[in-house]
Amino acid sequence: MSTIPAELSYTTSHEWVSVEDDVYTIGLTDFAQDALGDLVFVNLPQEGDEVVAGEAFADVESVKAVSDVFSPVTGVVVEVNEDLLDAPESINEDPYDAWFVRVGDVSEVGELLDADAYEAHCEQEA
Amino acid sequence: MKLLFERSVAGRKQTLFPELDVPEVKYDEALLRREAPRLPQMAEVDLGRHYTELAKQTHGVNDGFYPLGSCTMKYNPRVNEQVAALPGFTDIHPLQPTATVQGCLRAMRELEGMLQEICGMDAMTLQPAAGAHGEYTGLLLIRAHHLAHGDTARTKIIVPDSAHGTNPASAVMAGFTVVAVPSNAEGGVDLDALRAAVGPDTAGLMLTNPNTLGLFDPNIVEICQIVHEAGGLCYYDGANLNAVMGHARPGDMGFDCVHVNLHKTFSTPHGGGGPGSGPVGCKAFLAPYLPGPQVVEGEDGTLAFAYSDQSVGKVRSFYGNFLVAVRALAYILTLGREGIPEASTGAVLNANYLAHRLAEVGYTLPYGERCMHEFVIDCGPLKAETGASAMDVAKRLLDFGIHPPTMYFPLIVHEALMVEPTETESRETLDEFVDMMARIFAEAHEDGERLHGAPFDCPIGRPDEVTAARKPHLRYEFE
Repeated sequence: MSTIPAELSYTTSHEWVSVEDDVYTIGLTDFAQDALGDLVFVNLPQEGDEVVAGEAFADVESVKAVSDVFSPVTGVVVEVNEDLLDAPESINEDPYDAWFVRVGDVSEVGELLDADAYEAHCEQEA
Repeated sequence: MKLLFERSVAGRKQTLFPELDVPEVKYDEALLRREAPRLPQMAEVDLGRHYTELAKQTHGVNDGFYPLGSCTMKYNPRVNEQVAALPGFTDIHPLQPTATVQGCLRAMRELEGMLQEICGMDAMTLQPAAGAHGEYTGLLLIRAHHLAHGDTARTKIIVPDSAHGTNPASAVMAGFTVVAVPSNAEGGVDLDALRAAVGPDTAGLMLTNPNTLGLFDPNIVEICQIVHEAGGLCYYDGANLNAVMGHARPGDMGFDCVHVNLHKTFSTPHGGGGPGSGPVGCKAFLAPYLPGPQVVEGEDGTLAFAYSDQSVGKVRSFYGNFLVAVRALAYILTLGREGIPEASTGAVLNANYLAHRLAEVGYTLPYGERCMHEFVIDCGPLKAETGASAMDVAKRLLDFGIHPPTMYFPLIVHEALMVEPTETESRETLDEFVDMMARIFAEAHEDGERLHGAPFDCPIGRPDEVTAARKPHLRYEFE
């Protein structure tokens, strides 16, 4: 069973979200990294880019496939974790530390699940 | 095996020049290299052996079975090559006056006409150089159509989640935004999701039918209607045309434009660099937007090139991969009106036979044993039971001289192996494949872990794909 920290929120498309001072930090869940396998490339947006809830804002590539990463919120990227570009394996190693972007100026938040609801969602997909 | 650089011996050359018997020209020092380029130095015989050794490690249709799903790796008849080698087709120049190459123009026009007939389209261009290039060209037609009607709001292309990855990529390249629609439980397009997705911003739909699961969508007419009623156009990705050619036509299903892959369906060389060819066909209302030049016939039967004012412009230099088109023409003429549907019948029969036999072996077919020209095995249950994944099965097949099926695609089946035998394989070949797959199935149940090490008898074992992708060595590193 994959790790699902209780303090985070989740999307059905397997992103995790944490909120602090109206800034949303977004990453990929343990379940997602496990399903994707070893990641070899990450494509990230730039600071200042607008993201839209439910639309792709980044993509990750494993040896199997390229997959979109969807934004849970509508807003503006205020910070990008550029360390991921050189070390995509950090998403596999510690998915909840390997955040992708921080988004501010948030005007809309999509549907988020709590840890229990997300766990149930993962069990359904597994 | 050794690399060219590792075979290099300082001073060894291909050609021995005789002594200089003319005055030597001295170049300005500033023009000369300070150091010799670091090229491998070897005799012609060693160079030849190097490439022959490489060639022996390749696998093509002429080596063995090649059931690579959605790629239609059928045998390419030799007669195609003989026809394409005729001097009237090879000893020409693309800028020659058309009066002197009437035969070549006739060959192009003939092929266009036959492809139009097979696809149910009114016009055709042979320019696009491959499938995705054809998709891009077709999308340019769709865009041109909407713009010509002052409809600038149509910016979205709908693509099912089982589509080839090239579909969304081509749509983005052509300036559209992609909207994905999910598949239903039977593997077809979810009609309710499609109805919810279409609207005044819908430019069109891209669809492969049969789809990447090898299933013909029974709702195809309704799917096209939903898109048309919303004001969008329908694009048929001809990747899987080999399943239906001669039996069903995209134009009759409701599609407005289509590309065909000559290198898949019409037996022109495929893999190893091709070159490919992806002619695009369309209904008459889109014809004015086709790339120019188009071959047109005058009243006296003379053929010429013409450019439409409304054309989206050239998508490739000159007339596409002309000699590939000649091979496809030879193929269609060889098969004829009766042979074309027979070929697709054989492709579907072979796929159904294989699907049935592999299900008997114990492999899981998530969408049942009935299919069109290809089908998908789900190795998920095998992996759960034995630890052996789709990757392990595919790698083990290499030991038996069989090219593996397409792996991990379509994405909606997680441990997918997508098998497309084509019509040119005999029952003996199919049975041998089943025997090998049965052997691998048994091996997985004996010791699934061992298969992680496959292949065991190939020139190299299992490459570390992750490290290769993360830290690639892209050039030779001199000591």
